[in-house]
Amino acid sequence: MSAAIAPALPAETRAMPRLGTVLETAAAWLLGLVWVAPLLYAVWAAFHPTGYATRFDLTAPLTLANFVAAWNAAPFAQYFLNTVLLVSFVLAGQFVLCTLAAFVFARSASRLMGLLFALVLVQLMIMPDMLIVENYRTMRALGLVDSILGIGLPYVASGFGIFLLRQAFRQVPRELEEAARVEGCGTLAILLRVYVPLARPTYLAYGLTSVSYHWNNFLWPLVITNTVEVRPVTVGLAVFASTDQGIDWAIISAATLLSAAPLLLAFLLFQRQFVQSFMRAGIR
Amino acid sequence: MQGRARLHAWLMLAPAMLLLVAFTHYPAVATLWHSFFSTPRGARPSRFVGAANYAALAEDPVFWQAMWNNLIYALGTVPLSVGLALAMALWVNGKLRGRAALRMAYFTPTVLPMIAVANLWLFFYTPDYGLLDRITGALLGWGPTNWIGSRETALGAMMAIAVWKEAGFFMIFYLAALQAIPPVLHEAAAVEGASRARVFWRVTLPLLGPTTLFIVVNAVINSFRLVDHIIVMTHGGPDNATALLLTYIYDAGFRFWDTALASAATVVLLLLLGLLAAVQFLLLGRRTHYR
Amino acid sequence: MPITRRAALGALAASPMLAAPALRAQTPVEISFNYPVAVGGPITRIIDGYCADFETANPGIRVRPVYTGSYQDSITKALTAAKGGDAPQVACLLSTDMFTLIDEGVVAPWDEVEGVDRAWLDGFYPAFLENSRTGGKTWGIPFQRSTIVMYYNKEAFKAAGLDPETPPKTWEEQLAFAQKLTKRQGDQVTQWGIQIPSSGFPYWLFQALTTQNDVRLMNEAGDTTYFADPKVAEALQYWMDLATKHKVHPPGIVEWGTTPRDFFERKVAMMWTTTGNLTNVKANAPFPFGVAMLPAHKRPGSPTGGGNLYVFKSASPAQREAALKFARFLTAPERAAQWGIDTGYVAVSPAAWETPKMKDYVAGFPAAAVARDQLPHAVAELSTHENQRVTKALNDGLQAALTGRKQAGPAMADAQAEAERILRSYRG
Repeated sequence: MSAAIAPALPAETRAMPRLGTVLETAAAWLLGLVWVAPLLYAVWAAFHPTGYATRFDLTAPLTLANFVAAWNAAPFAQYFLNTVLLVSFVLAGQFVLCTLAAFVFARSASRLMGLLFALVLVQLMIMPDMLIVENYRTMRALGLVDSILGIGLPYVASGFGIFLLRQAFRQVPRELEEAARVEGCGTLAILLRVYVPLARPTYLAYGLTSVSYHWNNFLWPLVITNTVEVRPVTVGLAVFASTDQGIDWAIISAATLLSAAPLLLAFLLFQRQFVQSFMRAGIR
Repeated sequence: MQGRARLHAWLMLAPAMLLLVAFTHYPAVATLWHSFFSTPRGARPSRFVGAANYAALAEDPVFWQAMWNNLIYALGTVPLSVGLALAMALWVNGKLRGRAALRMAYFTPTVLPMIAVANLWLFFYTPDYGLLDRITGALLGWGPTNWIGSRETALGAMMAIAVWKEAGFFMIFYLAALQAIPPVLHEAAAVEGASRARVFWRVTLPLLGPTTLFIVVNAVINSFRLVDHIIVMTHGGPDNATALLLTYIYDAGFRFWDTALASAATVVLLLLLGLLAAVQFLLLGRRTHYR
Repeated sequence: MPITRRAALGALAASPMLAAPALRAQTPVEISFNYPVAVGGPITRIIDGYCADFETANPGIRVRPVYTGSYQDSITKALTAAKGGDAPQVACLLSTDMFTLIDEGVVAPWDEVEGVDRAWLDGFYPAFLENSRTGGKTWGIPFQRSTIVMYYNKEAFKAAGLDPETPPKTWEEQLAFAQKLTKRQGDQVTQWGIQIPSSGFPYWLFQALTTQNDVRLMNEAGDTTYFADPKVAEALQYWMDLATKHKVHPPGIVEWGTTPRDFFERKVAMMWTTTGNLTNVKANAPFPFGVAMLPAHKRPGSPTGGGNLYVFKSASPAQREAALKFARFLTAPERAAQWGIDTGYVAVSPAAWETPKMKDYVAGFPAAAVARDQLPHAVAELSTHENQRVTKALNDGLQAALTGRKQAGPAMADAQAEAERILRSYRG
């Protein structure tokens, strides 16, 4: 992926790094260290007895007790399943609805469409947290309180997603569409065979954002759900977050790692594909 | 044919628009409507009060402090998070050693749940034996600092967390944009003997214009929206030093149950955001014609 | 006391019979019970267990336990649901939320539920009931209640030449001890003498100081506050002086959440915090520690805190009766004792402290009884109409003073003015 920049650099800088490059690398690493510090700290605190949460002693004994305690404090297995279901439902819904809407917005320049698009953008600014009371009423009228559908539905039509996909679709050359039409493709086929594949990086970036948002969303799921069968993992996590008796960093760290592990792992495993697909789509 | 295409268009738009109206526009309009009525309480029903809720806001010094704090918060977090995001993207897009690990490191804050991470940050900011004090103590010989417990540093401490949370997320967008830039452009610039800095300012940055606009708009919105850590860590304290508009609204709506005041404050916030968005599109919009 | 105990036990024994009427036994009555978690440990599992046991004992009733996050999340959820027409039937919420819940018109008084037993209602500690009653009605049943006590490091006491078995009894002693316990290296402090947390809800800890200075913060009707009383400013001045004048207390705002950890790390020798911390301190303090009643000034004292059980207006008569049975079940002496031992909360009735289980526990761990012994001096936690708004006014004033932005007197006068503005409309 560095191929884009490498030929641009003079030959000698590759042989012997200049001071500037060294400094830059150092700065990049320092920043990386700061950024990953909370995670590193969580790993330290989670795997050691609670007394070592504030003391960095290399001889500290290792333990899994914090994970056991965290796991036992809430039915995490069920919560995980719920979160996965919720995130999948939201993501699938968003991809379908936003693709359809973005496609229309990308290809139309009429004033009415412009107005409608402005209405879509309004959602970028409105704080969903402030609409909780009204949305709860709506959900109750629809009979969707305490259901995964109820947690996810308000987020399925996403202004952010429509905006991103519209931007991506607008960059698709018209000629490609014409060519597909000549080959006898209908509107839907054009969308699926021409537009969607070309917008892959956008889907990835947006998908990732959406997954991490809904994986970590708290207030609305707490309010709209009542039972273990429906609640996502953050609600379980909250057991440790605000207590009368102060903070036990060891157990909070263990719980944080438990709940973030699937996302971290997924990113670790797929980051190569993730970035490459950015690149491939970008060069085309 | 024309009619059918139009029908198709409407059919494709309908599901998204229906949900948007149901869960965003309708409740938002209801909020605006409620801002002109008093808060119903038990036996006392809601009644029309005109602009009284807005007058109450204007008289509340805490509201003005929240507004002022939020301005500082935005002015601090927006340039910092966008600037760092760009630096990060350039670094992991370049030929730096271990860039895959770095990319991962920069991105981790995005996937960590704020409700828990805020408590880990509390350890960093704890006076004396907290991580930050240990580092400043060892490197600079500073004494203990009560980072989130004094009026002078609390807001800055909250801003640092916001930047930490956001920058890696914005980096992804810059990264995508950087990789969409055809290498030919850089090669051409290199052939002409342009320095790296010159290539960056004359070629790369202009091409990143649309992305920058998008990120800045998002950063501005986030600077009014990203308050989870403040609610967990300081509740807007000490003495309202970290109160922002959304924490003010949260307090009014979900702690005082003064839904009318919360609605009025929400309307003010939305107007402010709309205004800011318009200004940004006007100012930055001109520089985004490179596409 | 014996009467109360017998009544409570009798009621427990009788409760399956109360469910007997054939009409209701056929279609099970369903109630949902919202509860927060504010202490560590497998609380959700304990509550689930209680609900299952209750259902076994009362076959005609189904209880659905709903964990609702922190106290703040819980009231948000309860009121959001109530406004959406979907309230729970029973919820454990802060005792101080009483006026808010009444003003929102969502809760019903327990005295009006059919089959209520006055003796049971009167069987709780008066200090806990103070916050549960207003206008002659009982709105809350004490359930997970706490109070403030002092924890001190016995090792540090020894090192400073103090008797580890004699904690400070007065404000003067508290200051003198703190001066001896504060260790300095150059101009840096390595161990503070005392720490009173002031983040989040400083009013609660402050109310201990005002009570000790013999001044009340509000009236029983919850429509008047007395923040501007000179004795209130005096109490605040004492707190401020610990930090700024005597330099035996950390400056600025002291974080509630990290205070126990500061204590374990030997950064502070005496700390004020909730009795709910007892289990935590017992498990994690790496040194012998003592628990003491808060030092007295004009009188000893501390506010109570924690959560009560509320029954919601939207519940049907049958559901209210079921809710009543459930509340009696939860507060039965044996269960209240076990709940206190498991969580560190103060068992809510004298009868609970008379159970063999509790007696054994106290015999092995006398510190557990300190909170109980302090209860006769305890007062109701600050609670008024628009409670959170009024307490915020006080919190802001306290934090402004503790961070050095305002003097004690003006800070309290400002808080009173704001409280007055809020409460004016509630006085007839």
